[in-house]
Amino acid sequence: MTLGLINANPVVHAKKERVARAEDSHADDAVDRLDVFDSVRDIRDPEHPYSLEQLSVLSEESITVDEKLGRIQITFTPTVQYCSMATVIGLCLRVKLMQCFPPHFKVDINVTPGSHADEESVNKQLNDKERVAAALENPNLRQLVDECLYSSELYSL
Amino acid sequence: MDFLGGSLELRERQRLEGHTDRVWSLAWNPAAGVRGIPAMLASCSGDKTVRIWQEGPSGSWDCLAVLEDTHTRTVRSCAWSPSGKLLATTSFDATTAVWEHVGGDFECVATLEGHENEVKSVSWNTSGSLLATCGRDKTVWIWEMQPGNEFECVSVLQGHTQDVKMVQWHPVLDVLVSVGYDNSVKIWAEDGDGDDWHCVQTLNEASSGHTSTVWAVSFSSNGDRMVTCSDDLTLKIWDASSSPSETSDNSCGSWRLLCTMSGYHDRAIFSVNWSREGVIASGAADDAIRLFVESKDNSVDVPSYKLLLRKDKAHDMDVNSVQWNPKEPKVLASASDDGTIKIWELLEVPL
Repeated sequence: MTLGLINANPVVHAKKERVARAEDSHADDAVDRLDVFDSVRDIRDPEHPYSLEQLSVLSEESITVDEKLGRIQITFTPTVQYCSMATVIGLCLRVKLMQCFPPHFKVDINVTPGSHADEESVNKQLNDKERVAAALENPNLRQLVDECLYSSELYSL
Repeated sequence: MDFLGGSLELRERQRLEGHTDRVWSLAWNPAAGVRGIPAMLASCSGDKTVRIWQEGPSGSWDCLAVLEDTHTRTVRSCAWSPSGKLLATTSFDATTAVWEHVGGDFECVATLEGHENEVKSVSWNTSGSLLATCGRDKTVWIWEMQPGNEFECVSVLQGHTQDVKMVQWHPVLDVLVSVGYDNSVKIWAEDGDGDDWHCVQTLNEASSGHTSTVWAVSFSSNGDRMVTCSDDLTLKIWDASSSPSETSDNSCGSWRLLCTMSGYHDRAIFSVNWSREGVIASGAADDAIRLFVESKDNSVDVPSYKLLLRKDKAHDMDVNSVQWNPKEPKVLASASDDGTIKIWELLEVPL
């Protein structure tokens, strides 16, 4: 357990302006990348009182959705190369997507290539559903994930 | 297995509902489904329970028992002893429970502790005298059954460098195979004088092995071959290739790659199982079940395998386990993240 924060001075960005979508411009049931981004943009970083969007960990461009195949791909950029919270962020993304989107969607989560020192190891853990399931049964980890997800409600006004 | 020229179908016979979370594994009771004893299946789930299902006289299935209040986390894997009297279940709670089937009831008669964290797989050897377990702590444990349902750990096998996903005993010899997150397949056997287990072979990337997590392994009925499946989207078929110099030590440590099935799966393959009639079933993260058989009609001497059938949307979510009924070799059971179990029959439909 590190004593100090992994990244004591994160760069905080302005939030992208929210687009109000006209009802008929978007078929109700179809899922697109903005739907996915809207569901995850306000997830709070595990260490700082800022959202993943504000810390540029995620952007709409880092999401790909294939509605026909039922696939969602997200890449995220940890704030520093050696961030040990990378797997926690990945878990938060998994849980949020499980909660927001139909169960048939297959989700792949990876760190942006080149953005993390243990890229392969982090990606492998995040995409091993047995490891993810076991991690989410760990009460301490689950609590941290829940805090990141639920405090996002405070930021989405 | 010979097909007469009709078209093949994997027909859904029944859907078993009841679990309230994903179903990870299932196992057919090897002593049931014969001599008037109705077929029986065990399933285990993220809902922390194990369910026992039994086929009724009319062919429909009912839930006979729910084994609960024992494991405190996901139950990941289950295996019946060869006699069908005992059922071992492993859990993310780091324990392995052994249940005895008495009448219509199941009683937990032993709890095996020792693994440091999630126990992912359990397998009984052919004689029922040994049990093997494995888990995220990178070890494989071998337990010996003693009188009075007592189990003694006889060896803790170290060698895997990561999480071990599955263990499986050879159908004939007391040889154990383990596969895992370190992308390797390891073969373990006992020294001549007994009680000293060691790794006799490792099949990894360097030996044309898998390039990502190996999720499962299954032997052919006589143990001459085994098939492994992986996150690298391939199935690999291995041959024991016994030559005179190797049979003398009988440790089965000379497996070589026979064939790689690639291009058939586009998402991780979680389970693979070889039927008594030689049909290999795979269950994958694309919700489909695929069947493969050895290809007989080729002019080359090298054995090869072909896709027999692909059942898309076999389930609504990932297929975690596929198991052939040992007594009815054309009947297959599958378990899924969608919380259900399905019973299928492989039929030839005349054209």
